[in-house]
Amino acid sequence: MAEVTYPADLKYHPEHDWARVEGDVATFGITAYAEDQLGEVVFFDPPEVGTQVTKDESYAELESVKAVSDVIAPLSGEIVEVNEALAAEPEKVNEDPYGDGWLVRVRLSDPAELDALLEPPAYEELLAQES
Amino acid sequence: MQPSPSPAATRSLKRTALYDRHVAADARLVPFAGWEMPVQYGGIREEHMAVRTSAGIFDVSHMGQIETSGPDAEAFLQRILSNDVARMVPGGAQYSLLCREDGGVLDDLFTYRLDVDRFLTVTNAANHERDFAWMAEHAASFEVTLTDRLRDYAMLAVQGPHARTIVEGLAAQALPVRMRTAVLSIAGVPGVLVCGTGYTGEDGVELLADPGQAIEIWDAVVSAGALPAGLGARDTLRMEACFHLYGQDLSEQRNPIEAGLGWCCKEDTGFIGSEAVARARAAGTGELLAAFVLDDRGIPRPGNPVVEGGVVTSGTLSPSLGVGIGMAYVPAALAVPGARLRIDVRGKTRKATVKSKPLYSKES
Repeated sequence: MAEVTYPADLKYHPEHDWARVEGDVATFGITAYAEDQLGEVVFFDPPEVGTQVTKDESYAELESVKAVSDVIAPLSGEIVEVNEALAAEPEKVNEDPYGDGWLVRVRLSDPAELDALLEPPAYEELLAQES
Repeated sequence: MQPSPSPAATRSLKRTALYDRHVAADARLVPFAGWEMPVQYGGIREEHMAVRTSAGIFDVSHMGQIETSGPDAEAFLQRILSNDVARMVPGGAQYSLLCREDGGVLDDLFTYRLDVDRFLTVTNAANHERDFAWMAEHAASFEVTLTDRLRDYAMLAVQGPHARTIVEGLAAQALPVRMRTAVLSIAGVPGVLVCGTGYTGEDGVELLADPGQAIEIWDAVVSAGALPAGLGARDTLRMEACFHLYGQDLSEQRNPIEAGLGWCCKEDTGFIGSEAVARARAAGTGELLAAFVLDDRGIPRPGNPVVEGGVVTSGTLSPSLGVGIGMAYVPAALAVPGARLRIDVRGKTRKATVKSKPLYSKES
């Protein structure tokens, strides 16, 4: 399990997803809270490059031994890259959720959506309310 | 993602005698059949592999017990249970089903013969009250006493290739062999019912003990090297061994023959449901429960439709085999090793091959 931290350079979605925005492309992943709740990730079936994703909607599934969880897009756009390494090592999602455990890269269609995402303190406040 | 149950949702849940140990071990506790139970400690795969290669200890105190005693105890259970109860000697154990008249399965049960006229039947937590009511309803013409013993026993399963050695080191005498029981002193706790049974496909024992002293046994077994394992690993282990889970692979809508449990039904004993089971056995059933391995990537889950007909009732990623495995009711002609299936896993068609049971064994 990764150390539970919420890096300052990421934006957070209330469904426990993060986005790292670099120009008009963002990397998506799930937060340390999410990977801990899910347990050991054993399967990630990535969407295809070119697929359109919509903010607040599911774009993929992550599976633990016990359960399947939808992964929610924090922002809208078109998938330009998927993390192929997770096919062989899905546990990277647990071990390094903000690094090697990234899920997809997306060319953003509406950068204004960024305003709706949370900074780390707001996200941590939300976690405190949920637990 | 999956939110934790709110405090309000967990307030009414029952706790086992080992609850404080689970909390101290940082277990993930979940509601299960009215109980707050550990689904995992460190991780399901680690716990699973400990049981396959060394030893694990499970708290299964949510399981119920019903004691049947009296001069007609054997005759009554012979009427209620699908197996031939008369063949069980004192100190013996037997798996059987509780059936309705139409053969629908009400529960699957282990029964231990404590004495000539005294038996202890272990129920599934979700079915315990219904089982007791069913037994009481059918006991009127028999000279028997039925006692709900759920609160009188904590139940621990110690399983794995090292399980017997570990428990033997804490016992005053030799342990009972497979499918036999003995009342022994374990870790200084007297009067523990030790049973050579389990639900993992590994050797091991199940221990039924006074809840007030269960912690002493738990601590001693853990100190001797067994890893605490939760219901998550219990589920993946039983799936590899192709043991049925009531509510998934067994239900009132399925009879024992289609579930592949004809071997524990002895129709000549005249048990409730025996006529329906005899008819199903003679005529065959349209579907049969088959074990399969996924040829593609992916993980089958209960409820996934089988394209050729039928439905997945159990599915997981097998920690031992590293592939998706499961059990499904499929057309009888396809319930043969080597048959090809397609499984609709949430809209994606995955290829699978029917395998002989169990899916995992020491020899494989």
